[in-house]
Parts: sequence; structure tokens; C-alpha cells
Amino acid sequence: MAGQVFAYIIHREGIADDSALELITAARKIFPAAPLTAVVTGSGGNLDAVCNEMAASYNEVWKFDHEALAYPNAEVIRKLLVNTLPGDAVVLLPHNTFGMDLAPGLSIKMDSAFVADVVDIEGLEGDTLNVIRQEYSGQVSTHVTCDISAGVVLNIRAGVFQADESKAAGGQVVDKSGETGDLSAVRKFLEIVEAEVGDVDITKEDILVSIGRGIEDEDNIEIADELAEAIGGVVSCSRPIVDAKWLEKSRQVGTSGKTVKPKVYLALGISGSFQHLGGLKGNPFIVAVNKNPKAPIFQVADVGVVEDLLEFVPVLTEKIQTG
Amino acid sequence: MEILVCVKRVPDTAENEIEVNRDGSDIERDDLVYSVNEWDNYAVEEAIQIVDRVGGSVTVVSVGDEESEEVVRREMAMGANNGILVSDDAFEGSDGKGIAALLKGAVEKGTYDLILTGAQADDGAGQVGGMLAAMLDMTYASVVNYIEVLDNRKLKVGREIEGGNVEMNEIELPCVLSIQTGINEPRYVGIRGIRKVASVDIPVWGSSELGIDAASIGESGAKVKRVDYFVPELGEGAEILEGSMEEIADKLIELLKAKGGIK
Ligand SMILES: Cc1cc2nc3c(=O)[nH]c(=O)nc-3n(C[C@H](O)[C@H](O)[C@H](O)COP(=O)(O)OP(=O)(O)OC[C@H]3O[C@@H](n4cnc5c(N)ncnc54)[C@H](O)[C@@H]3O)c2cc1C
Repeated sequence: MAGQVFAYIIHREGIADDSALELITAARKIFPAAPLTAVVTGSGGNLDAVCNEMAASYNEVWKFDHEALAYPNAEVIRKLLVNTLPGDAVVLLPHNTFGMDLAPGLSIKMDSAFVADVVDIEGLEGDTLNVIRQEYSGQVSTHVTCDISAGVVLNIRAGVFQADESKAAGGQVVDKSGETGDLSAVRKFLEIVEAEVGDVDITKEDILVSIGRGIEDEDNIEIADELAEAIGGVVSCSRPIVDAKWLEKSRQVGTSGKTVKPKVYLALGISGSFQHLGGLKGNPFIVAVNKNPKAPIFQVADVGVVEDLLEFVPVLTEKIQTG
Repeated sequence: MEILVCVKRVPDTAENEIEVNRDGSDIERDDLVYSVNEWDNYAVEEAIQIVDRVGGSVTVVSVGDEESEEVVRREMAMGANNGILVSDDAFEGSDGKGIAALLKGAVEKGTYDLILTGAQADDGAGQVGGMLAAMLDMTYASVVNYIEVLDNRKLKVGREIEGGNVEMNEIELPCVLSIQTGINEPRYVGIRGIRKVASVDIPVWGSSELGIDAASIGESGAKVKRVDYFVPELGEGAEILEGSMEEIADKLIELLKAKGGIK
């Protein structure tokens, strides 16, 4: 029998991340009725506000207030969790850059199993947890089993589980600040360097013509520029285009780029990875042009065109221009 | 600086449509184009650039079947000095922890100051680097897009976090870093480069060379197991426009006009 269930709460300026309530729904798919504990770490400031907010949704909130926890350095948080959680704990984290930093090493130090980027949970049979993951940039899914008898760390994809808004837990905040144990770390956090600001602000645009690796060559970006001009939109892109230095970072849509909320989004040669789609909000009308009919982008698009974009887009642009 | 880079041979998703085979036991492997995992290629380039600046050598290691030798060789053509293939039938079915344990065995047969992996590979888990670091009791940082060598014991390391912001850290060596794409511009490998390393010997290490207990790895040691592959039943999905390219364009223009997509 697996142990107690914990969720690590990410928070900024006194407000818990969306993942805080999504992890509850995920946990409930494993243990429909078990008590859930939120772990909230920080140093003074708004920590109590976050703890109190979480107590509405979690049965218990473990508060760790310590100056070493002022910034969530994954190495320090790992030590804290290893020092304080029971060895067979079930630990839930979001699969973002923090969860990716913390979870794999945590599972080794707790000697428990680890499953990354869980997109669905089918349930528990004895000690075997059945979950669903994706591989090959979301082109195929897999059923995965995991032996959780000695505990498990689960990284849960953002946005796939609905937030639990019931706020009926009536939980208690337990101040565990005196029990952190040794929190010394080799990795020292220095500062956050903000992403550079670019010449256009894609977050304010209603119409985005977004290009991905399918554009194939820097010279072909012209095709997207012309379409954008014809329809009165602006060109944005997926990460590989920025990696190749073809467009500025400020034009990248996604979790490690900008969050945009256009009315219309044209995805040209973009496969539709969750990191890309994570930056697309506000339920826009999505048009996908992709030569692979199985590209995951077609699952979220409203309208799809299965064509080579290098041939199709110029035809489209010309028709619009000649109106 | 002695640098080890862990690389994986993967189907190239930009080149292939990945399909599930008839019984769901695997993806269709015939006709797949394989290459080195995109993230790993950036890691090798970074290692080479660091060695160009401060001296030392770059070793590339891959856990995989015999075919993985080709990606090790490719990364040597890029400029890595040494290559190692970790391969044994007993390793098949290993989960992330099993792979990390094998890499730990390989690390311990050498002396390295810095170990790099890609931030993730084809299974999207991004787990091996962090596990390896914890097993070796080394510091770890993930999704790294900036490395500055401060002195022979310290690095300044930037992690690219949400929104493209960069979290700067100071880290002591030895350490393990997982590399994010975009950290550099990986050099092109020409046919000449490949030829130059065509006959270089790449040692193959199996369970006896690594001195690893076979029970802890492979299928039997795995706590996490992939049962099958499948393609989920889609919700509604996109309305696919049909017809000639001209007809499709006409239909799309109507839809765009209706949705305010043409100003
Ligand atoms: C921590 C982390 C953060 C990340 N953050 C982001 C982010 O913020 N934004 C982001 O975009 N990615 C991000 N990524 C990367 C992400 O995982 C994907 O690798 C990336 O989104 C893929 O971009 P793509 O769709 O352009 O390329 P691919 O996945 O290679 O897709 C290219 C598509 O183009 C199609 N195509 C090819 N040629 C043509 C043609 N001639 N005509 C029509 N279609 C064609 C192909 O069928 C394919 O579907 C992140 C990854 C990590 C690990």
C-alpha cells in the first residue's frame, strides 16, 4: 500500500500556480478519498496567504518558512522533501521547468519510482498505478504501469486535469518550519534574467501567422510575412525557429516563450507540442497547415489543411491579395 | 575540463510520421529515419566549445543497440574526442532509472568534471540527467541555455525557465547539466568529417565491463513499464478542408473572413 499523498505548490507573489488545484484532480484519480497534503515553501512575505488559500483545497498544508527557501532552488527543495516526507510518499509535481529540475533526482533520493509528464491517470490496481503518457512529440500515446509500493514521484502535465475548485477541504496549516533539517546546497541561485523585449509584441495581436520547423528554410519566412501582411496579422513562431536564430525570441509562442491570446491563429508547419500550445490561450480560431495528417496540431485546430505549406500558403496569399 | 556527453539515437520526428504497429507493441520501425536526439546535439556542441576555450576532452556515450554506434560516430565527427557504446541484450526494457544506472557505471570508469545530457529525448520524460546526478551525488541543473566557466571548479549556469526568463546559478564541479536547444548553433557535419572517424574504434561495454547487476536493470529491474502504444480516439479534431489547393484556399478565406482573420 502506497503512502501519504503530497503536492508541491508553486507560487509567486502570494498566488498559487494553476497547477496547485490541478494536482488535486490528478491525485483524486489515484486515491478518490485519501487526505491530501500541500507542501508550501518560502521565506516570510506572502507565505501565509498561500498556505491559507491552499487550506481551503487540501486537508493539510505543511508550511516551511526558512530563508534558504526564499527562492525555490530544486536542490534545496529536494533536500527538504527527502528530510521531511515519509519514504513511501506519493509526490505530485507539475511537469514544468521546476518539476523537471526536481523530480528525477528526488525519486532517486527517496528510492521511489518516477513517471514524467503524465497526461492521464487510469487508476490504481493494488500497487500498480496505470497512467498515460505521450511520446514522439505527442504523435503517439502509451499506457504505462508503475510499481508504487515504495512510493512514487509523478510529474503532471499542466492543463490536462481540470482545476479542483470545490474549496471544501477545510484543511489545517501545520507549521513545520522547525523540522526542515539540513538545507545546504552546492548549487547557488544568483538571479533571474528577464527575457529580452523585441520589436513587436505578439501578445497584443488579434491575428498571428505562426511558423514552425515546417518552414524548412530561413528564406521561406517571406511566405509567412506576405500572408501576414495580406490579412493584417503578425508573424510568430515555434521554438526551433528561434533556436535557429531566424526570428527573435520575443516572437516565440509557448511555455518558454510568450503567452498569446489572438482571435485567429494560423499554425504553419507546427506539430503542436504541449510546450507550444501551452502559450496559446483565449480559445482562438486555429487553422493548421501541415503535410502530416497525423500531426497533433490537428487535434486542437478548428480547421485543417493537409498540404505542403510552401505550396499552399503562396496560393492562399495571392487569392487574398487579388481578393 | 573532461566532459562526458550522453546521447541517444532516436527516430527523427521532423522527418517521419510515427505510426503504431498492428498489435500496439511498438511503433512501425521500417523506413524510419533516425538521428541523434536534437537536444543531445546541442549538448555535444556546447562541450566542444567549452573544451575549445579551456582545454580538455569530450567523450560521447550512448546506451542503446548496435545501431546507436552511428550516432556516437556522428558526434565524434563533430569533434568529440572519444566514443563509448553501452550495449547488452540484458539492458533492454530498462526504465529511466535503469538507463541512469548504466550511465553511472560508464561515468565511474572514467574521471569527468562535467556531464551533459539533452533536456529530453523522444519519450519526452527528461529524467535521465537528474537521476544520474542524484546517483552520483553530483549537483544538477536542467534546461540549461547558458554556461560560463568561472574557474576550474565553478560554472555560471543559466536555466531557461517559463516565459524564456533565465535563472542564473553558480554551480561547483563536478556536476550534471541537461541542455536546452538554442544554447548554441551546432556545427554542420559533412561527409568528410564522417569519413575521418569511420574507422575509429568505439568500445562496447556490456554488463560485465560495467560490473552491473543485471537484475537491477533491463525489464526485470524496471518499476516503470510501457505496456503499449496507441493513438487516442480524438475528440472532434479539426475540420479538414478538402479539394484542390485553389478550392481549399477559397474555403479557408471564407472561414477566415467570418472569424475576423482577415482585416
Ligand atoms: C522545457 C521546454 C520548453 C519548450 N518551450 C517551447 C516553447 O515555448 N515553444 C515551442 O514552440 N516549443 C517549445 N519547446 C519545444 C517543443 O517540445 C517542440 O520541440 C517544438 O514545439 C517543435 O516545434 P515545431 O512544431 O515547429 O517542430 P516539429 O515538431 O518538428 O514540427 C514540424 C511540423 O511541420 C510539418 N511540416 C514539415 N514540413 C512541412 C511543409 N513543407 N509543409 C507543411 N508542414 C510541414 C511536419 O509534419 C511537423 O508536424 C520546449 C521544449 C522543452 C523541453
